[in-house]
Amino acid sequence: MEVGQMQRRLAEFTKSMFMEGFLDGQFLQLQQLQDESNPDFVVEVVSLFFQDSEKLLNDLTLALDQQNVDFKRVDAHVHQLKGSSSSIGAQRVKNACVVFRNFCEEQNLEGCMGCLQQVKQEFYLVKNKFDTLFTLEQQIVAAGGSIPAMEITSF
Amino acid sequence: MSLLHVLGFGLKVGHLLWVLCCWVVSSISKNWLVFGGEMTKAGFVGDGGKMSLNWLEKVLENVYKIRHGHSNQQAGSKRFRTTWWRKLLFTWVIGWVIFSLWILWYMSSQAAEKRRETLGSMCDERARMLQDQFNVSMNHVQAMSILISTFHHDKEPSAIDQRTFARYTERTAFERPLTSFVAYAVRVLHSDREEFEKAQGWKIKRMDTLEKTPVPKDDSELEGLEPSPVQEEYAPVIFAQDTISHVVSLDMLSGKEDRKNVLRARASGKGVLTAPFRLIKTNSLGVILTFAVYNKDLPPNATPEERIEATDGYLGGVFHIESLVEKLLQQLASKQTIVVNVYDTTNCSHPISMYGSDVSEDSLEHVSTLNFGDPFRKHEMRCRFKQKAPLPWLAITTSFGILVIALLVGHIFQATVNRIAKVEDDCHKMTELKKRAEAADEAKSQFLATVSHEIRTPMNGVLGMLQMLMDTDLDETQQDYVRTAQESGKALVSLINEVLDQAKIESGKIEIEAVQFDVRAILDDVLSLFSGKSQENGVELAVFISEHVPEILIGDPGRFRQIITNLMGNSIKFTEKGHILVTVRLVDEVMNSTDAEKESATGSTLSGFPVPDRWLSWAKFRIFSHEGPASPVPTSFSNPINLIISVEDTGIGIPPEAQSRVFTPFMQVRPSISRTHGGTGIGLSISKCLVGLMNGEIGFVSIPQLGSTFTFTAVFGDGCPISKECKSQQVKGRGDSGTSEFHGMKALVVDSRSVRADVSKYHIQRLGIHVEVFADLNQCLHAIQSGNARTDIVLLEWEIWDKNSGLSAIFLNKLRDMKPRVSPRLFLLSNSISSSRISAATSDATGPFVIMKPLRASMLAASLQRVMGVGNRISCSNGESPSLSLRSLLRGRKILIVDDNKVNLRVAEGALKKYGADVVCTDSGEKAIALLKALHDFDACFMDIQMPGMDGFEATRRIRQMEQTLSEDFLLGESTSEPRENISNFRLPILAMTADVIHATHEECTKYGMDGYVSKPFEAEQLFREVSRCFQSSSNHNL
Repeated sequence: MEVGQMQRRLAEFTKSMFMEGFLDGQFLQLQQLQDESNPDFVVEVVSLFFQDSEKLLNDLTLALDQQNVDFKRVDAHVHQLKGSSSSIGAQRVKNACVVFRNFCEEQNLEGCMGCLQQVKQEFYLVKNKFDTLFTLEQQIVAAGGSIPAMEITSF
Repeated sequence: MSLLHVLGFGLKVGHLLWVLCCWVVSSISKNWLVFGGEMTKAGFVGDGGKMSLNWLEKVLENVYKIRHGHSNQQAGSKRFRTTWWRKLLFTWVIGWVIFSLWILWYMSSQAAEKRRETLGSMCDERARMLQDQFNVSMNHVQAMSILISTFHHDKEPSAIDQRTFARYTERTAFERPLTSFVAYAVRVLHSDREEFEKAQGWKIKRMDTLEKTPVPKDDSELEGLEPSPVQEEYAPVIFAQDTISHVVSLDMLSGKEDRKNVLRARASGKGVLTAPFRLIKTNSLGVILTFAVYNKDLPPNATPEERIEATDGYLGGVFHIESLVEKLLQQLASKQTIVVNVYDTTNCSHPISMYGSDVSEDSLEHVSTLNFGDPFRKHEMRCRFKQKAPLPWLAITTSFGILVIALLVGHIFQATVNRIAKVEDDCHKMTELKKRAEAADEAKSQFLATVSHEIRTPMNGVLGMLQMLMDTDLDETQQDYVRTAQESGKALVSLINEVLDQAKIESGKIEIEAVQFDVRAILDDVLSLFSGKSQENGVELAVFISEHVPEILIGDPGRFRQIITNLMGNSIKFTEKGHILVTVRLVDEVMNSTDAEKESATGSTLSGFPVPDRWLSWAKFRIFSHEGPASPVPTSFSNPINLIISVEDTGIGIPPEAQSRVFTPFMQVRPSISRTHGGTGIGLSISKCLVGLMNGEIGFVSIPQLGSTFTFTAVFGDGCPISKECKSQQVKGRGDSGTSEFHGMKALVVDSRSVRADVSKYHIQRLGIHVEVFADLNQCLHAIQSGNARTDIVLLEWEIWDKNSGLSAIFLNKLRDMKPRVSPRLFLLSNSISSSRISAATSDATGPFVIMKPLRASMLAASLQRVMGVGNRISCSNGESPSLSLRSLLRGRKILIVDDNKVNLRVAEGALKKYGADVVCTDSGEKAIALLKALHDFDACFMDIQMPGMDGFEATRRIRQMEQTLSEDFLLGESTSEPRENISNFRLPILAMTADVIHATHEECTKYGMDGYVSKPFEAEQLFREVSRCFQSSSNHNL
């Protein structure tokens, strides 16, 4: 594939991620933090986010499977997840977490279970998107191109 | 407050009553003392008086105590007091009942005593008179006995016979009114009986039979009397009054009673009385008085034997006791009121009634002894009142009156106490209710705050989404819908912010910052905010700031801006034509301005529309009153700047009836206002509070259909006390924003209205341009053509340009005729969009160029730059500037980041590293404390607040404690470790990181010893602001 084409695809894909609300401005901020001295910053942070979140999701699943659900613990986990997701700008995960936390406060187990599913779904969706994004970027880099700077116009 | 009043009133009333009672009691007891002394009862009454006085003293003392106790123990002793008052009242009533009973008893006994005395004196008087009368009669009888002894016994033959005696006695009867008749019996010894009987011509008869039939039918019966049996001696009656001549010849000694009398009389030599008996003829009670007649004068101490020996005869008189007493009573007054009884009490057990009847109902009786001269016989006079003693009305009424008064006083007392108790109860209830209301109010505020906050979060989501939606491919209608939705959302958010503000103000949580700010920049911002709306409406918007106002002030720019925004927002809302003018001046400037200035100020206005006299809007301000300048407002600023800010509009005004509640929250002139103009009516109330917090005052003047002017004052600190230094800083600052290139230029402003010209002049001068003002085009043209100095810019008011298009064209041509280098650029100052379009069509390279009002320094500068082609480099690096400064600020700084979230940690690390900071990460508060325990070389710490285990607040608190002890050690010189130059290490700047900016308010952060906070997805500007603040303050600390 031609580098220019790939770059366009990348741009379009990124834009679609914003459009569909997977990402918000924070991701752009994140991208701005990446420079020559720290070339893999975004990938690093996002993979950290994946690791961390998967662990948290496991913990959450376990916590909600208990006979007596410790909502405080669940809430703490969700808080963590919300913090991480907002840090990388995974907006939809974050929003799902906000709802999740409300149910936690109400101690609504059913709602929590539903939210967990929702969060998981959103997480895997965004994970897939990111995977695609990073694969594209790697391909561009491998093809000798450079990653185009993101437009900051929409925000 | 009201409780105390009522209490005071109650006590006053109580006190008054006490005084009254004291007076009554003391006067009564005094009277008793006087009266009682006479009555030999002084002891008791005196004691009573003393007792009552003591009691009063005690009571008054207690009242005093209670009054004092009140302030100390309001609620605690309530129960005690109630019972105490009850007891006191009870004692009071009982005491007075007893007292009035005593009065009753005392007074009635007095009356009875008096009555008894009266009776006694009357009785004694009667007895004495009776005795006297009786004695007189007796004396007469005695005199007769002397007569008889003289003329009968001592004469031989006797000078007296029956006839003489009868006649004599008859004729001297007037002398013995009480003696109905007298008779004389002679002593005849048995040896002489024969001789005597012969001499008299009758036999001595005995009386016993006569006595058996006490009331003989007639004299003939007497004829049948038996002759007296043989006795040792006889006492036959020889003389008698005619009325009782039948007793002649009766032997007195034969009568049992008479014999006793006769024997007693001769033995004693005194008058002797018989027991009372029914007189034979008159059938009335009488007594017989018997005197012995002796044949020689006996000495007073003669023995009875001698007397018996010397006895010649016996003179008897019958006394008519009844008529005696009757006569006596006739003579005396008030005989009707008393009943008199006379008794013979010789036989004590069987007193014989001599006079009177038992008709009296009164039990009261007085007994007086009567002495009729017979020691053997005892007589008594018993007197009684005819009527029963009347009820002691005086005593009854007096005591009853006292009782009534006492009860009334008691009742008043009780009513007062009850009233007090009731008021106290009410007060408690009110306090309770007040507490509850306050609690409810607080809950409401809390609720508002919470709900507002909770709404704000999703609203931000909604707005963000709408923003994104607008960027997608939408057709016109959809765009419109989205825009509307976004506008509504923004309105909602601003409303929520207002409500949140109100809640904060109500709970007193609002705080005024003290930071440096540029008042002109703020007003420019506000102006730009409203410029769109004002242009749409064709309302002219202008700001004028006096040159005396310092460039940099210290205060709370956010709140200041909020007030201005509120006021301007209101003005914009209600103004459809004319202008809105914001003027900022120093208070001193306004105060020192002359009346002439005042006149001119009111004469012309910005847009030509009339406005209310804005002087009235601050007429009531304290600062302008006479005491104002003498007592400056207490402020924390060392060099206070008193600003007076007016917002003048030509809107619909506020109706007079609504003017009083303009500053009441949620109050609008009419309910319909909110429908037509929107808004909650909370803005002015918030503004008022904020102005109050800035030590200022707010006021307004408004005339319906003419306009309103809101004016407020505020106290700020002077940002640059030394004005020269400040000026230089200004110039420097200007250089950055790209305005210095206009320095030294000259501009002409053509405007017929001085106010508007002032505004234009103010803005142009801010760019460093020298300004001259002309009222019309001709003057201006003249100045340009004749002037020596070069004119760079001509600013023309659109109105003038438009009014006289011919003159304008000439003017334009003349300007164009000038040499291109020299020719000034012509600018039109326009207000409405339409005019700008027109002019845009007509303008060419030389102008006229249109500058849209409202004028702002930056906008003006941009326009001038565009036209004049100077300094294109303005603000191109503006977006970069914070991050660049941040880089310079953070480079080489060692920063500790504490966050339990790895992702966040990594992001924060990346962000700070990007700005050249040396970052150390740790994921818990404990670890952070461990890192900061020893003397460390961190320059700052970013701390997440919500962390499992030890949260950010707690960690900060501990770090601060450590620093405290460390610095104390250091100051004491006991620190063994190597002393470090950087004392700032003793207070590490700690910034909170939080995703929840609203939740973690500034004050909460500072409470735990943090220096500030940054929102968690780092934002360069905020980061810069906080970090610079921190490092600045720490560097100050260093100094």
